[in-house]
Amino acid sequence: MENMVNIFLFGKKYSVPENLTIMTAMEYAGYQLVRGCGCRNGFCGACATIYRIKGDRELKACLACQTKVENDMYIATLPFFPLVKEVYDMNKIKPTEAVMMQLYPEIYACVGCNACTKACTQELNVMQYIAYAQRGDFEACAEESFDCVMCGVCSSRCPAGISHPQVAMLARRINGKYLAPGCGHLEDRVKEIKDGEFNDLIEALMQKPVEELKELYNTREIEK
Amino acid sequence: MYAESFQKSLALVEEAREKNIALEPVRMTAEQKETLLATFHPDYKADEFVTLTVGPNKGDKVPTELGEILQAHSRITADSVDLNAPDYDVDVLVIGGGGAGTSAAIEAHEAGAKVMIVTKLRMGDANTMMAEGGIQAADKPNDSPAIHFVDAFGGGHFAAKRELLAKLVCDAPEAIQWLSELGVEFDKTEDGTMVTTHGGGTSRKRMHAAKDYSGAEIMRTLRDEVLNRQIPVVDFTAAIELILDDKGNAAGAVLMNMETKELYVAKAKTVVIATGGAGRMHYQGFPTSNHYGATADGLVLGYRAGAKLLYAETLQYHPTGTAFPEQIFGALVTEKVRSLGAKLVNVNGEVFMHPLETRDVTAASIIRECSERGNGVETGNGLGVWLDTPMIEKIGGEGTIEKRIPAMMRMFGKYGIDIRKEPILVYPTLHYQNGGLDINVNGMTTNITNLFVAGEAVGGIHGKNRLMGNSLLDIIVFGRNAGINAASAAKNTEVGTLTLDHIAKFENELKDAGITTDTVSPKLLPDYTRKVNA
Repeated sequence: MENMVNIFLFGKKYSVPENLTIMTAMEYAGYQLVRGCGCRNGFCGACATIYRIKGDRELKACLACQTKVENDMYIATLPFFPLVKEVYDMNKIKPTEAVMMQLYPEIYACVGCNACTKACTQELNVMQYIAYAQRGDFEACAEESFDCVMCGVCSSRCPAGISHPQVAMLARRINGKYLAPGCGHLEDRVKEIKDGEFNDLIEALMQKPVEELKELYNTREIEK
Repeated sequence: MYAESFQKSLALVEEAREKNIALEPVRMTAEQKETLLATFHPDYKADEFVTLTVGPNKGDKVPTELGEILQAHSRITADSVDLNAPDYDVDVLVIGGGGAGTSAAIEAHEAGAKVMIVTKLRMGDANTMMAEGGIQAADKPNDSPAIHFVDAFGGGHFAAKRELLAKLVCDAPEAIQWLSELGVEFDKTEDGTMVTTHGGGTSRKRMHAAKDYSGAEIMRTLRDEVLNRQIPVVDFTAAIELILDDKGNAAGAVLMNMETKELYVAKAKTVVIATGGAGRMHYQGFPTSNHYGATADGLVLGYRAGAKLLYAETLQYHPTGTAFPEQIFGALVTEKVRSLGAKLVNVNGEVFMHPLETRDVTAASIIRECSERGNGVETGNGLGVWLDTPMIEKIGGEGTIEKRIPAMMRMFGKYGIDIRKEPILVYPTLHYQNGGLDINVNGMTTNITNLFVAGEAVGGIHGKNRLMGNSLLDIIVFGRNAGINAASAAKNTEVGTLTLDHIAKFENELKDAGITTDTVSPKLLPDYTRKVNA
């Protein structure tokens, strides 16, 4: 017999096996999920959830697909949070501090409460990456925020109304496009292909009998 | 932290680690691989397949579960909606909001088309988001598109449509460049050189990555770009039936709100199916690494309207799905773990194969180790083999795991397993639909005009098995391609009278074939609820 625990889904009590995640516990209880369920593997941020263990003062946040149920867990899912996403033309923006001031000025209203960091389902240092964004250090902001799944829990806890995941998204795109070093071998290869340097090789492969291709494949040299 | 029952085997793995790191396992010969696959790969289990008796692929074998939804009733009849009063009227209708759909939408928009995305969950709820390991492109001096072609053609058992594969490999470097210019952060050294590794079956190190969030990094960037371009996205709305016009060309789709079940008509000059894979069909009862909506919808939509399938009988079982703990059972353990040096080890601490054989061969080899050879580890939830992750830190130096595969470290860390110090348990998981709708090199189906397909819903690009890193590549190359060509075709298209006549036609074929079924399709979502009063 499985060990059961009591959980409270939106306040209503259910008894579920203790080895389930919050997501599978909801399904065990009978919920056919449409919202609040995406990749089921911790990458997409669809299943942001807040919970409190009875008697505990601290409100916690997690991804429902990555968190085991506990006894006396009060659970509310947060399948959507209204983040502010500003629209910009990636080819026209400049990688300077001013871009943050224009698009997301509220980051400068951060009061330093650190509620975002405490709430992060990925255990990122959210307040720190916002500080980097304030300073226009997009590379550091990009690195610090890299594992963000954009679930929005940080923003739900923010007294300054910051949409942290969108700020980080902008920083990463600026870093990837403008600040990261260019790639010479990539540019060379794109040009070589455009110039048709591989056309003959590819054309030969298109025509070769399968037996010859098998031989080619089975005897090919593999880089160590 | 592993329980007592694992400790004996764990001790053997640790004891043999130094010796196993030094070992260079031999690769299998072509004959050994063929025998192994025929004996142990799930695609070769004849009793798990059915022969289709209606539709364009009549006589072909497909997985039993796929056969059931292909030969099923529509969710609607022709009179469920008023085709004369479309709710949406666009040039290009993109069905699916994953990597292929968003790439197609961006390119169609760039070409000046009026484009709309419809997706049954949110934009970005897709297998693209979960792709961890990387994306292939032959952009290093010791590599070439021709070498990439041979690797992929051989890995796919010489069955790929060559013109599709040639496009895949030749457009690959430009795809990486396109993503870079959108702001995707690839792993690079300080001088800008791409950090590349091997994948199973590659002969050159051409796997580009963004840590082990490669797909997530690509997907969130594409999503952001769709939003910046203000392309309309109708989310939580599924396409449930294609609409044709009186000339037999694709001309839109019937849509259904996933929450209210309200139906809408979307009229379009061209349609792009980018609905993704089928892991949530759980073929042969396998767990899956796929996202919640991977239910082969595009195959059903296309097939009922008359489009042909290619290689729908071939699936990819990723060799390293999580076997323990059960909370993440079936979740993907990226192949990059093996690219970085971790080897597969059995219950006795023995390395039983080269870790970078192709996925089908590796999966079959693990199944053999756990069945015929009796060398599997009992996990409490089936069998598995060890993937010796601490080898990575010994080979690459301390800190390699945190830097290169942080998602894996986090996923197991949540359950008290520190993959830097302890190995993990793996077993094959249903990962990828090799087959799908048959297309020409312009991305259009071979027999329905103005119906384009991109991404995992396409069959034939990879043949009968796909190499790691060629799927992220294919969604970009063929997503963009479909978007460009769909926009171009839309310019010369005059849509005729809309019809849903194919529904009744297919229904008659079912009747004539003597098929009686209660199943309606597309399935849209799996049902994991516990049935109390059923």
